[in-house]
Amino acid sequence: MAQVLIEATNLEVRYGGIAAVRGISFAVEENEVVCLIGANGAGKTSTLKALARMLPSHGEIHYGSERIDTLRGHELIGRGLALVPEGRGVFSRLTVAENLAMGAYHRSDRPGIAVDLERIYTLLPRLGERAAQVAGTLSGGEQQMLAIGRALMGRPRLLVLDEPSMGLAPLMVEKIFEVIRTVAAEGMTILLVEQNAKLALELCSRGYVMESGVISVADTAERLLADPRVRAAYLGE
Amino acid sequence: MKGRVLSRREVIGLVAIAAALLALPFVLASVGTAWVRITNFAVLFVLLSLGLNIVVGFAGLLDLGYIAFYAVGAYTYALLASPHFNVHLPFWVILPIGAGLACTAGVILGAPTLRLRGDYLAIVTLGFGEIVRIFMNNLSNPVNITNGPKGITLIDPFRIGDFSFSARSELFGLTFSGPIKYYYLLLVVLLCVIVINLRLQDSRIGRAWVAIREDEIAAKAAGINTRNIKLLAFAMGASFGGIAGGMFSAIQAFVSPESFILNESIMVLAMVVLGGMGNIWGVIAGALLLSFMPEVLRYSVEPMQKALFGRMLVDPEVLRMLIFGFALVLTMRFRPAGLWPETRHRREMSENRR
Repeated sequence: MAQVLIEATNLEVRYGGIAAVRGISFAVEENEVVCLIGANGAGKTSTLKALARMLPSHGEIHYGSERIDTLRGHELIGRGLALVPEGRGVFSRLTVAENLAMGAYHRSDRPGIAVDLERIYTLLPRLGERAAQVAGTLSGGEQQMLAIGRALMGRPRLLVLDEPSMGLAPLMVEKIFEVIRTVAAEGMTILLVEQNAKLALELCSRGYVMESGVISVADTAERLLADPRVRAAYLGE
Repeated sequence: MKGRVLSRREVIGLVAIAAALLALPFVLASVGTAWVRITNFAVLFVLLSLGLNIVVGFAGLLDLGYIAFYAVGAYTYALLASPHFNVHLPFWVILPIGAGLACTAGVILGAPTLRLRGDYLAIVTLGFGEIVRIFMNNLSNPVNITNGPKGITLIDPFRIGDFSFSARSELFGLTFSGPIKYYYLLLVVLLCVIVINLRLQDSRIGRAWVAIREDEIAAKAAGINTRNIKLLAFAMGASFGGIAGGMFSAIQAFVSPESFILNESIMVLAMVVLGGMGNIWGVIAGALLLSFMPEVLRYSVEPMQKALFGRMLVDPEVLRMLIFGFALVLTMRFRPAGLWPETRHRREMSENRR
């Protein structure tokens, strides 16, 4: 049995009186690629934000051997949890290279940072070509690549991706997922939130389906893809 | 900039600028001592703008009450170096105290308001600025601390031993009037503040501020303690304001709450925005321009009208502010990012790539 890397128990997120996430429990094991799918407003992003400590929440979150629901957002990257935020969140007036450097903000191992930078330019050659360009002038897909590259610069153990396909052309979505697949193949543990359920399930080994703040189905990706309920609700059949 | 040897041309340029800055007060004094005073106040506003630029330009936090920190610095100096309490501490003791108190005020303002952004933060800081001013106005009862709206007079000038900055002295066959001596002091302080700002901009903290300004969640995800770093911006900006305030107090020898009205906060913000938020040189240019323009207009509007129409048509005071406002509108229309906007230097990593 593989080690559990992150586990949420009875996770709850409230905005004022409204509960966006209503006591859900899930876990991601080491080297696993897991997705959280569901419709708009199901509570997927709130769940990720709570995991990354960008939102206050109730319930326990364990990461590695540590309980992290008492920590604050900036304390997680040093522990290896990297969030690629919804809407990419690139630093638009900084150059591509400066954005990537910010991803390694918490690190001080200069040689290691240089190695990782080369690795990212190999994985995402587009970023290398545009290193000196201001991030705000990149296309949406390139910005998404930059956001992923920036997260990888933190040398994470767990990569948390929030809707990487959002607002992108289908061809670009393919490319982004190709990148995620490559990163996953290198052994990265990934938790992915996606509205594009088909793409997500084809990439992942397991999936959770969220509906109005609760997890309605949890299964292997293969079985979710075959599940008639999932097919009807999320795969447009 | 770091570790780079200056070229011959740059050295000549720097020497020329230094010589011009050193000769400037004597040139101005030959026109009228008033112009040296105006220049001194312009430099004070440059100091203020550079302080506010840390908060607004670097960290992207809109602060409409910045003048409050100037007030804290000014009153600290006034109370500790005047007959009001009959305390006469030397300025090198008071200035750090003033900076410290302003810094504390910055933290007091910052701590509870850091969750706010944009307009909301602007409103809270605006309120804070007014609270400080009204405090100064009313802290004369039941115990007279600030002397209320009458203000504090007879404030000591800066003094080192027998050398007073307000008195006239002869040196190397030149006559140094009080304003000229303050000018040189201000120049030294300004140089220090510029160096600190340049170092800050290129530091880890500077990069963290920029990241927060651009995207707070991504900054947090990159491991930046956004709360503390924002607080630091408030504290540092406030400290610079406090130092400028102390100098203002000594130069003017008089402070009253009237010097710290909302208008002043807005003026400093206008200097930062007009010059180019985030760019140190732009902010300096903005502050100089907005300090000198009203004064130049004050002295030129009347003769201009007389030359054009043969008599005075419009009260110079009215026309002056009209031209001033119009110039601001035009600048913002055609240079929305400021006269001299921040250009993100392609440094370090991008250099290595090529």
